[in-house]
Amino acid sequence: MALLSVEHVTKRFGGVVAVEDVSLGVESGQIAGLIGPNGAGKTTLFNLITGLYRPDSGEIAFEGETLLRTPPHRIVRRGVARTFQNVELFPTMTVLENVLVGRHSRGERPASELLGELGLDAVAQRRTGSLPFGTMKRVELARALASGPRLLLLDEPAGGLGHEEVDELGALISRIRSSFDLTVLLVEHHMNLVMGVADRVHVLDFGRKIAEGPPAEVQRNPVVIEAYLGSERPQHATA
Amino acid sequence: MNRVLRIAGGVAFAAAAVALVLVLPHWLSDAKAAEFARAGCFFIAIIGLNLVTGYTGQISLGHGALMAVGAYTTAILTADHGLRDLWTIPLAGLVAMAAGFALGLPARRLSGLYLALATFAFAVAMPALLKRFSGLTGGSQGINLFDEALSRSTGALGHVHLAGWTLATNDFLYYLTWGIGLVLSGAAWLLVRGRLGRAFRAVRDSEVAAASSGINISFYKTLAFAISGFYAGVGGSLFVLVSNWFVSPSTFTFDKSLLLVVGAVVGGLGSLAGMALGALFIQFVPTWAANLSSAPGAPSVFFGTAIVLVMILLPGGLGGFLLKLTEPLTRRLYTRSE
Ligand SMILES: Nc1ncnc2c1ncn2[C@@H]1O[C@H](COP(=O)(O)OP(=O)(O)OP(=O)(O)O)[C@@H](O)[C@H]1O
Ligand SMILES: [Mg+2]
Repeated sequence: MALLSVEHVTKRFGGVVAVEDVSLGVESGQIAGLIGPNGAGKTTLFNLITGLYRPDSGEIAFEGETLLRTPPHRIVRRGVARTFQNVELFPTMTVLENVLVGRHSRGERPASELLGELGLDAVAQRRTGSLPFGTMKRVELARALASGPRLLLLDEPAGGLGHEEVDELGALISRIRSSFDLTVLLVEHHMNLVMGVADRVHVLDFGRKIAEGPPAEVQRNPVVIEAYLGSERPQHATA
Repeated sequence: MNRVLRIAGGVAFAAAAVALVLVLPHWLSDAKAAEFARAGCFFIAIIGLNLVTGYTGQISLGHGALMAVGAYTTAILTADHGLRDLWTIPLAGLVAMAAGFALGLPARRLSGLYLALATFAFAVAMPALLKRFSGLTGGSQGINLFDEALSRSTGALGHVHLAGWTLATNDFLYYLTWGIGLVLSGAAWLLVRGRLGRAFRAVRDSEVAAASSGINISFYKTLAFAISGFYAGVGGSLFVLVSNWFVSPSTFTFDKSLLLVVGAVVGGLGSLAGMALGALFIQFVPTWAANLSSAPGAPSVFFGTAIVLVMILLPGGLGGFLLKLTEPLTRRLYTRSE
């Protein structure tokens, strides 16, 4: 049985259908990629899974039980943690304090261990508001891990990173998957990263799911190539 | 090591504050001691407001009304139920805590200006409510413990005898308010530096991130208002004592709520030490302003100018300024430890 299952989920904003009849399953232990052109509905799907939005129809279940009647803060406690595309940190708090807030629900790992794991020791006492974007993203990751999740949702973790850093991030994601015993759902525009680490890839376009399969297969899928060519970010389909 | 030094710094600061509070009356006239005691009441209420506004990021224009709840609890229990005034202080805190909880309920759904409006409505309605339930509150006449419960009003006859010491009433009230103020500010300090304080600040910094970190936003907002209500209630209770054991609906009109906001902002939201300075500001600056000129409206203009000047010159408030002054010292302590 899938750890996370999304079934026929639809979400509208006024006239815009951000997510339309999307179904997908993420198996325990998988790293699943979620890709699609800008505005495809990836972030909206994350917001639906974490309870920030409620779907107009459909079902979302975690470990076989629905998430739709659970408020966001309890969804974290049930084992779903996330990071944000545009970074949502607590800017007046230090890096260490941000991670300590992450442990609020039930995290068992000491904060110092997490800071070490993510190479944040040196900035532990710095306020997060003044850090470079890439470092902020790592703090967010540390904070998410601090809640002791089973499922980790990463929304464009490579945003703002240089080429080498993107490679390092790929290695980091694989490493934390095994050391934290995680399942990962990864939204990313860097195709190299997704194709490198994902076991399975789901593709959204205009709110609909257009393809699913192993990375190599999805990359060759003409429907996927077409979707990316039709958007303003064609370089990523071939990258 | 860093942590030990920080705690040692906190203890040293607390010791200095206690020493200052202890010796100050030696230089104060009787009348000045009374004014300082009044500032002590504001100090306590402002600490509470700071927990809600400074730490949790929720605006409240209703804290004057929470003081009123505490004040009337003390007045009613002492006048009608035979309790000595001093024993009603914690009870006043608890009753105002319940009122603070209720005041915090709108914060679950409203934020920013809308929350300001809801709490404003509470503050504006309070005097009318007090007059409406005149059987309990004495209506617009208020309650005068000096007349109604003299024997239970500690120090109302001029002196207080305490374990072999004799204190002038105003000195006693000064020690009472600032003593309670110090204890409660210590409690607030302990509160905000732990898990609870982190949850408050998380809600203030980003509600989305807080919820996504497992923090129950509604719960912590209401909790902040409730704890804050306790502080305002204790401040209000003491306010009856320092107002010659008298309270009436006009003691707690809307401008008290506004004054508390001024004190918290001038003192520096989010810093506890600054709250004492904010309290002294709202106690003494209006009087100084009145002494500068008695032309109609002039004192208000001077008071307003003083507020604006503090805000422009000291963006972190008086507390932030204090922190800047002591920063070179504390930074030396920290870097030495590394
Ligand atoms: N809160 C909202 N209110 C109104 N419309 C929204 C809201 N959130 C998302 N949308 C719309 O839903 C659609 C999907 O947006 P979403 O942010 O999920 O896309 P995305 O796949 O994450 O895109 P990107 O790659 O640019 O991050 C867009 O058309 C967007 O404008
Ligand atoms: Mg997005």
